Amino acid sequence: MDNIAIELRGIDKSFGLVHANRNINLKVGKGTIHGIIGENGAGKSTLMSILYGFYQADRGEILVDGKAVSIRDPNAAISVGIGMVHQHFMLVENFTVLENVMLGAEDSQILNKGIAKARQELKRLEKEYALEVNPDAVIEELPVGLQQRVEILKALYRRADILILDEPTGVLTPPEADHLFRILDQLKAQGKTIILITHKLREIMAVTDEVSVMRRGEMVATRTTRETSVEELAELMVGRRVLLRVEKGESKPGDVKLAVKGLTVRDSRGVTMVDDVSLEVRAGEIVGIAGVAGNGQSELLEAIAGIRKAAFGAVLLNGEPVDVRGHADPAELRERGLAHVPEDRHHVGLVLKFEECENAILGYHHDPRFAKGMFLDVDAIRKDAEEKIAKYDIRPPNARLRTANFSGGNQQKVVLAREMEQDPDVLIIGQPTRGVDVGAIEFIHKRIIEMRDQGKAVLLVSVELDEIRSLSDRILVMFSGRVVGERSPEATEGELGLLMAGVEGRKEAAE
Amino acid sequence: MSTPYAKLPGWVEYGLIPLINLAVAFLVAGLVVLLVGENPLEAAYHLINGAFGRGEYIGFTLYYATTFIFTGLAVAVAFHSGLFNIGGEGQAYVGGIGVALACLWLDQMMPWYVVFPLAIVGSVFFGALWAFLPGWLQARRGSHIVITTIMFNFIASSLMVYLLTRVLKPLGSMAPQTRTFAEGGQLPKLDWLLSIFGLNIGTAPFNISFLLALAAAFAVWVLIWRTRLGYEMRTMGHSPSAARYAGISESRITVVAMMMSGGLAGMMALNPIMGEQFRMQLDFVQGAGFVGIAVALMGRSHPGGIIPAAILFGVLYQGGAEIAFEMPSISRDMIVIIQGLVILFAGALENMFRPAITRVFAARGQRAAALVQTKGA
Repeated sequence: MDNIAIELRGIDKSFGLVHANRNINLKVGKGTIHGIIGENGAGKSTLMSILYGFYQADRGEILVDGKAVSIRDPNAAISVGIGMVHQHFMLVENFTVLENVMLGAEDSQILNKGIAKARQELKRLEKEYALEVNPDAVIEELPVGLQQRVEILKALYRRADILILDEPTGVLTPPEADHLFRILDQLKAQGKTIILITHKLREIMAVTDEVSVMRRGEMVATRTTRETSVEELAELMVGRRVLLRVEKGESKPGDVKLAVKGLTVRDSRGVTMVDDVSLEVRAGEIVGIAGVAGNGQSELLEAIAGIRKAAFGAVLLNGEPVDVRGHADPAELRERGLAHVPEDRHHVGLVLKFEECENAILGYHHDPRFAKGMFLDVDAIRKDAEEKIAKYDIRPPNARLRTANFSGGNQQKVVLAREMEQDPDVLIIGQPTRGVDVGAIEFIHKRIIEMRDQGKAVLLVSVELDEIRSLSDRILVMFSGRVVGERSPEATEGELGLLMAGVEGRKEAAE
Repeated sequence: MSTPYAKLPGWVEYGLIPLINLAVAFLVAGLVVLLVGENPLEAAYHLINGAFGRGEYIGFTLYYATTFIFTGLAVAVAFHSGLFNIGGEGQAYVGGIGVALACLWLDQMMPWYVVFPLAIVGSVFFGALWAFLPGWLQARRGSHIVITTIMFNFIASSLMVYLLTRVLKPLGSMAPQTRTFAEGGQLPKLDWLLSIFGLNIGTAPFNISFLLALAAAFAVWVLIWRTRLGYEMRTMGHSPSAARYAGISESRITVVAMMMSGGLAGMMALNPIMGEQFRMQLDFVQGAGFVGIAVALMGRSHPGGIIPAAILFGVLYQGGAEIAFEMPSISRDMIVIIQGLVILFAGALENMFRPAITRVFAARGQRAAALVQTKGA
């Protein structure tokens, strides 16, 4: 590896008391795919932000092609050939692909000239890297996988030789992710250098040549991917041995706690999102709903939780009807024993500007434990938050810290702690480990199994097929708003994959 | 990246940055004074002297500040719920009806300490009523509160013209105002408070509604940060989707927050009506409702910031009047320009100097850290 595309020497960065990066050294070979893994909060994002010019390192230097460069802002990063594909896409939703790609690189004041040139260049890029996408399609009408492709094209259009991808598969379905990896291979074959940030070990094993592991702000190891294993990487990341497979005993299903009958949900435009779905969840079992994102799982959960109005159908909670077609009040459902971990913790499950302890009572602020008459019992709230912080190992252990300053995994633990500690009868969980690191995933999975073993009815929605398979006692597959099949957790990935793609389901329905 | 600016120490965030913004506002204002051919230093002298030079001036400054505390709090309460109440002007104006009715009814029979509580209730009731309608329209019909509150300002203005020329005006009088209240409708001055500091209040109408304003500021703090309702309001203000998830009724919070906002704006009417003029006149609010927006912005919707911001605007009003008096080529409109500059720099452009200051403090922090390290080694 004597041909180094990018080298970091002694990068050091602190935010106040938080030492986010400690003396980081890294070499990435030209034309390779280099993985960077680490738990949330390990400093991966900070390091990449330094590389892309969002932050300046306190110490250390960056060398591109052997020359020291100063990257003061993203423009400087682009000019030395570094492009970034963000986890949350930076696209103008109502612009076309072409307009997005040329945005900020218009070349001339008169757009028409630039557009013609850009169109040509885009054609060339598409051909060279096999990145087909219709340049006149509007972004918001494209599926997520294609939107990501536009992000990659944007970077290539700016002549990036080094591409940083930050958690690129977080929003993709398994086939979309596979497609992305093929694109990355293609880019590598064309001599591009790729830095892949992820916490999914499987992806690292699948596509990278080399992998570097970060832990608590330090670069703890670099391995050649072929010579390492998932187990070794997990151990390096967490600093201890990790159980990757969830251990659980037999389920002992009891009474039906949650029953959904013929539920149909339409969105604001009148499009049917959930189509005549019926299901039952019994005490002491975990029912998993598998499916590609956007097939009605989110709307199903929201309708059960009383956040979204249903068009038809009924929901029974502990045998009692829930007014899902009228004004189901989420606060009332909580009192009746329903706890809800929403898919979107940033906008729904948490108020990011609140202190941690304020979020620990969201939805339960009428509970007599936290309120004295019309007033909040601030002492009780903080004490309760501190107990949950200890029990769920939320870091940093500071109930007064703004929730936005916690890492994704710890934010998720705040939500889980709040919902699980209410001792609910029914727990509905959306994407329990989205954007959560390996160590925390293990913890969260254990807690979910514990809830089941305590006799709670758990309804779980996840786009991570592995998660559904390892946690669920029964698996329902949703496609296009309908439940297209039920399988046992022993079903193969291929079998479930076909159902998720709507292939098998259609046949089943036809028969 | 989600927080574009690093965290700064509290005294920088709440002390230094506002001060720098203020200084720049005054600098630019000085240039404007230069443009009209006057000496900016002389203007600055008159501003400061006019606001603080004598006990009487201080009394006037605090009298104006009282008004602005009420309207600033009103804007802040709505703002915490994510509502932008631009109708403070109209709500304060209509709140005056409650004050006037209480005074006209009882001023000749009862002492001020009986009339005052009733006037408070009346001002809150009418102010809240005037805010309830836009709040209700927003909650039920989705009519945007910014638009409706602006429109309600105009309706309030017309309504008051009608009332003061047809209904509340004494027979035979030509002035569009109520009769002058007897002693029961006149609030005692806070001369004793100023005399503690050896100051003479003179003719300044600085009255006990100032204490009510301070109490209201404390009550707002308790409401926002210590009650369940305040928690729900803040949840909705930060994230309506999280509020829905938590089972917080958006329409209920909208209506309640607007009514409290309107009630606070209405209380403003106590100060000029019972504290200065002892009658309700046409246009007695004089833009205080709009100044409240600037006060709330500057004070970051926190009572602890609103009080100093209100005093600052009191200084600008009182000192500004003094400039206009002493320097005739600087008109009243110039003073409005200066006030506008303060709002511009302290409110709209409050982040202008922040990146630079953040860099300075980041560099300082690093040097300090390096120092600690070398010492440690």
